[in-house]
This record gives sequence, structure tokens and C-alpha cells, in this order.
Amino acid sequence: MPKRSMSSVFLNGIVTENPTFRLVLGLCPTLAVTTSAINGVGMGLAATVVLIGSNVVISLLRNIIPNKVRIPAFIVVICTFVTLIQMLMQAFVYELYESLGLFIPLIVVNCIILARAEAFACKNGVLASALDGIGMGVGFTIALTLIAAIRELIGNGTVFGLNLLGDAYEPMLIMILPAGGFITLGLLLGIINKLTEVTAGKKEA
Amino acid sequence: MKLTVSTAPHVHSHNSTRRIMLDVIIALLPAAGVGIYLFGYMAGLHVLIGMGAAVLVEYLWQKLTKQAVRVNDFSAALTGLLLALNMPVDAPLWVTAMGSVVAIILVKQLFGGIGGNFLNPALAARALLVASWPAHMTAFTAPTYFAATDAVSSATPLVTQYGYMELFMGRIPGTIGEVCKLAIIVGFLYLLIRGVITWHIPVLLLGTLAFCTWLFGGTDGAFTGDPLYAVLSGGAMFGAVFMATDYTTSPMTIKGEVIYAIGCGLLIALIREFGSYTEGVTYAILIMNIVTPLLDKYIGPNLYGEVKKRA
Amino acid sequence: MDTLTRFLLLFVSCVLTNNFIFSRFLGCCPFLGVSNKVETAMGMGLAVTFVMGLASLFTWAVGKLLVALDIQYLNTISFILIIAALVQFVEMFIKKSSPTLYKSLGIYLPLITTNCAVLGVTIINFDAYVVGMGAMGVVYSVLNGVFSALGFMLAIVLMAGIRERLEASNIPKCLKGFPISLVTAGLMSLAFMGFSGLFANLG
Repeated sequence: MPKRSMSSVFLNGIVTENPTFRLVLGLCPTLAVTTSAINGVGMGLAATVVLIGSNVVISLLRNIIPNKVRIPAFIVVICTFVTLIQMLMQAFVYELYESLGLFIPLIVVNCIILARAEAFACKNGVLASALDGIGMGVGFTIALTLIAAIRELIGNGTVFGLNLLGDAYEPMLIMILPAGGFITLGLLLGIINKLTEVTAGKKEA
Repeated sequence: MKLTVSTAPHVHSHNSTRRIMLDVIIALLPAAGVGIYLFGYMAGLHVLIGMGAAVLVEYLWQKLTKQAVRVNDFSAALTGLLLALNMPVDAPLWVTAMGSVVAIILVKQLFGGIGGNFLNPALAARALLVASWPAHMTAFTAPTYFAATDAVSSATPLVTQYGYMELFMGRIPGTIGEVCKLAIIVGFLYLLIRGVITWHIPVLLLGTLAFCTWLFGGTDGAFTGDPLYAVLSGGAMFGAVFMATDYTTSPMTIKGEVIYAIGCGLLIALIREFGSYTEGVTYAILIMNIVTPLLDKYIGPNLYGEVKKRA
Repeated sequence: MDTLTRFLLLFVSCVLTNNFIFSRFLGCCPFLGVSNKVETAMGMGLAVTFVMGLASLFTWAVGKLLVALDIQYLNTISFILIIAALVQFVEMFIKKSSPTLYKSLGIYLPLITTNCAVLGVTIINFDAYVVGMGAMGVVYSVLNGVFSALGFMLAIVLMAGIRERLEASNIPKCLKGFPISLVTAGLMSLAFMGFSGLFANLG
């Protein structure tokens, strides 16, 4: 694979291949936990830690793991980090741990992490893999926070618990219900596609 | 009876769409008129705002997306009217306007405009409003027509008992268009005579609802429910005549329609008796809208070139 | 409440009221990814039902072992390995025993390992029926697995029906694919809200 600069590896996950907005991976947690901005950040950061850890370890082991059993091996590595982060969150941020619930252990099957292990970490050096993990993680976190902030603002009138729209605002409850999650993400993806279309059109012209 | 043949999603000519939409609007006039008479001028404002907002956003959307503006096909006006008639009169007017925007943009235009939507726009918008602002959408006022004093919030006939005649004439709390069954029946007959709809969906839907309520809607075991009450209360009749019969979102074959109507009736009865909502018409029809593509796919025979028979 | 009523309530809850897709967001990736055709959606649904039932059975037994050894924190890792192994095994078994079935299910099987609905249901089962229940727990675990999968299947088949229809619609270019599918799912979830609390008064 062609050599890429470290900064482009880092930015790749945030912009070019943003896991949520460009690759549309890891939808379940994206939809499920984004009912409040704080949950979005929490989920994003937890996934980021796992992503960095698994990318680094898999990159270190990339010449040792036999090709045939690489997927189960990756899963074991990822799962170890997930179990660790689960215990840490239970111990230190119990409230967040409770509200994210089932979706913390389910980071194991978050396709973003396995996809990065398979597509990047097992072919690249440790530093690049770590940067890739950070970039992807930050991209994921930004996406989750953005979606969650929109849903919390319209659905509850607040962002990070801060009342932004005043007491006269009557929250549109649907936004923090499951239906609102699907619709918000769908519309956001549509808007991003439209923007890319427009900017691409301008470049060509 | 001679009936015209025209079904969505197969595109039919602009003029025939326009004629059908206009016919449905005409059929709704008695219900709207009685609603305004019973609930006062605010009901009229809901109708104006609902229709106005729907037409305006459809026009703006078609301008913005550089499509041919076909707002004069009356479909947006009809959606706005249906939504307004599904509102309780005490809901703030902005809720109705919001509903029209949701119905036209989110449910209809995003899916490619007329014929593309898979849900009835007015009903989906109503469900979204109920989920978003439940307090506004479930506060029903007794019509000022028979209230001596200022209108007070009261329970719908699904909660409190009313007489059959009150239910039939509409002297009950409820949404603007659903209360007067006489007006709805007049509209139904007009649609039948004009050949806009056939009897299958409304009659089978209400029949199933009546049977199911009789079967499991009573308090003293099976077959003790009140079937007539079930049909006359809530939004059942309005939904059966004006909502469930929407061309785009109901099945294309008679066989499909039969299953669809029975499904609607059964679901209304189930949600009313065993669900957490007091009224299930909106959801029952929406759920059967979702099933409709599968009914069209598997309930044949529906070969290419075959002329569809109605009635 | 007698056992049969409990089973009925569990069924209604898994398929309608607390549908894995529409209210719990479990299994969204295959739900959006493999729902362009009704036939493929059915295949996926069947494969998931099969694996979720078996996974619920095996993880119940292993879960009991974990509890007995007091190493419950290993549940996630042991469950995902069981699921991965199970999927491999089922794939080999079907390939040998029924080539026709393999043809229709085979391509979906590898995808199921990372379907979060499968791992999700085993973890839900662990908390509800392994730790909190005696021998009857195994019945509830398997039923919960199968019913939840049927809920997934219902959702994905309905979705596929709508998406086949949408192919003929004039959807704005920027919404084609994932965006419109997500909006569709949202509207379906809205309609499914009508089932909320269904039969709860029997319980």
C-alpha cells in the first residue's frame, strides 16, 4: 500500500473516511445512545480507547497471528479491551455506564473496530495504526456528539444538559425516541451527501 | 356500479389525479363543515392553516428542488385537510402547521412525491405529532355546540360512555373531522357514487372491528363487547373511509385489499383493547401501509398488462 | 400468571412491542445492508433465527458455568467466541447436509458473527435468565433468542418490501441508499409505536 503521511492517516478517519458519515458503519450504537450529547461523547470515547488499543496490539502482533485465524484473534484482542473499558467505566463513571448499558459490551461487534483491524492495523506499523485508531475514534466521537446534540436540542431543548432554547420551547419528543434517531441520521447523511455533491460540482466547474 | 380504475404507484395522468383529489376534498366537506359548526371558528382556522401550510411547503419544495410545480393537483391540499380534521380543536395552530410540514416533506416529498410515499402522509404526521406533543394531541374538548359554559377538556367516547345518537350526530369530544358519523357517511356515499373508492376497504375494516370488539372487547368474557359502539366511537369510521382507502398506500388488488382491511380492523380492536393508546386507528392503518408492498408482491394474480377489476 | 401467558407476552414483546430493530437498535447493520430484496431478507432472517436460537442455548450453559466459577466478567468474550465458533460450525454442517439450504443461507452466515443482535441477545439472556433464574431459564433464553430473531426477521422483510417499491420512486439523489432507508426505518418505528403496551394489562 502506498506510503501516506501521518497527518493524512489521522485526518482520514475524521473527514475522508468518517466511519459514521462516509462509511456508515457501527450504526447500532450510533442510533441507540445518541439521545443526549453526554451519552454520545461517552460512547465515542469508549470506542476510541478500544480502537486505539486494539489497533496497536494487532499491529504489534501482525506478523505472529496466522492468517487463517486472524478474525477470531482480532475479536479476542478487541474483546479484552472492551472488557477492560467496561470495568473501568463501571468503577469510575457509573451513571454513564448505566445509561449506555448493553452497548458497552457490544463495542466488540462494532464493525468499525474490526474493519480497522482488518483494513489497516494488520498491514501497518504501530505508530500509524495508533494514529489511525485515534483519527477513526475522533471521527466517530464527533459524529456521535453531533447527532446526539441535535437530538437532545430538539427533543429536550438542551445540549449537555444546558437549557438552550428557553422554557417557552416545547420539546419535540419524537427526536429522542427511536424513530427520531433513524430520521435524524438519515437526514444528516442526506445533507452531507448534498454538500459533497455541491462542492464536487464546484471543483469540476 | 361502474367504477373507474386508477391505482398508485402506477402513475396516472395529472388530470385524473386532480379530479380524484378534488372529489375526496368534496367528500370531506360535510365532515369539515359539521366540525366547524360543532367546535367553532378555531376548527376552521385549523383547516385553513393545515391546508395552507401543506400547499405552501409543497410549492416551496418543488421550486427548491427544481421540479415541475404540481401543487395544483390538490394532493397537498387534501393531505393538509385530512391532517387538520384529525386534530383536536384545542391543539395550538403551530402543531397543525408542523404536522403539514412533516406530512409533505418527510413522508411524501423525500420519497419522491405523489405516489412514492409508503405511508399515508396525514396519518404518519399525526402519529409523529402524538409522539412529540402528547399533551396537545390528546386533550379533547366537548364541542361548544352543546356546552353551556366554556369548553372543558373531557374524555373521548373511548373512555366515557355516550349514547348512540350522540355518537352518530357528533355531539361528543374528539378530533374535528371524526366526530359526526352522519357527515362521514354522506362523504362515503359521494365517493362511492363518483367511483373514487369501492366499498371493500371501509366496510370490511369496520366489519372486522365490530366483530373483534364483540368477540374480545367486552368485560364479561367472549362475545359481550358492543360492536356498534366500537364502530361509532373514535376515529374508526373517518379512518376507514378517508385514510385506509388512500390509493398510494393501500393494496392494488381486491384480494390484497380484503387482507389489508381485515388487518386494519383487527389491529384497531387489539390496540384499543390491549394497547396503551386509547385509539388505534392511526397506528393500525400505518402498520398495514407497511405491509402493503408485500401484499402487492405476493397476493396476485397481478400479471403485467392485466386489467385490474374493481367491484 | 401461567407459563403459556408468559410465553405469549414474551413473543409479543420481542416481535412487536420491543422489536430489536425498531426500539432497541440491535442488528441495524444487516437490517440496512441486506434489505434490498425480500428473498434475501428472508434468507438473512432465517439464518439469524437459527443462529440466535442455538447461541441462546449454548451461551446459557456456558453462562451457568461462568456463574459457578464466579468469573462472570468473562461473559462477553466467551459468548462472542461461542457465536463465532457456532457460525463456523453451522456453515460447515449446512454445506455438507443441505447444499440447497447452504445456497440460500450460506452467504449470510459469516455476516452473523458481527451482528450485534446475536451477541446482544446472549448478554440480555445472561442478565435475565442465567443469573436471575433456575433451570427454567434455558427455556426462556432460547425462546427469547428465537422470538427476538423473529422480530428482526419481520422488520427486515417489511423493510425489503418497501425498498423494492421505492426503487420505482423518484427519490432525491442525495437521499438514495442509506439516508432514505434510515428515514424509512424511522417512519416504520413510528408506526410500531402503536404496539406499545400491547397485552401489558394481561401481565
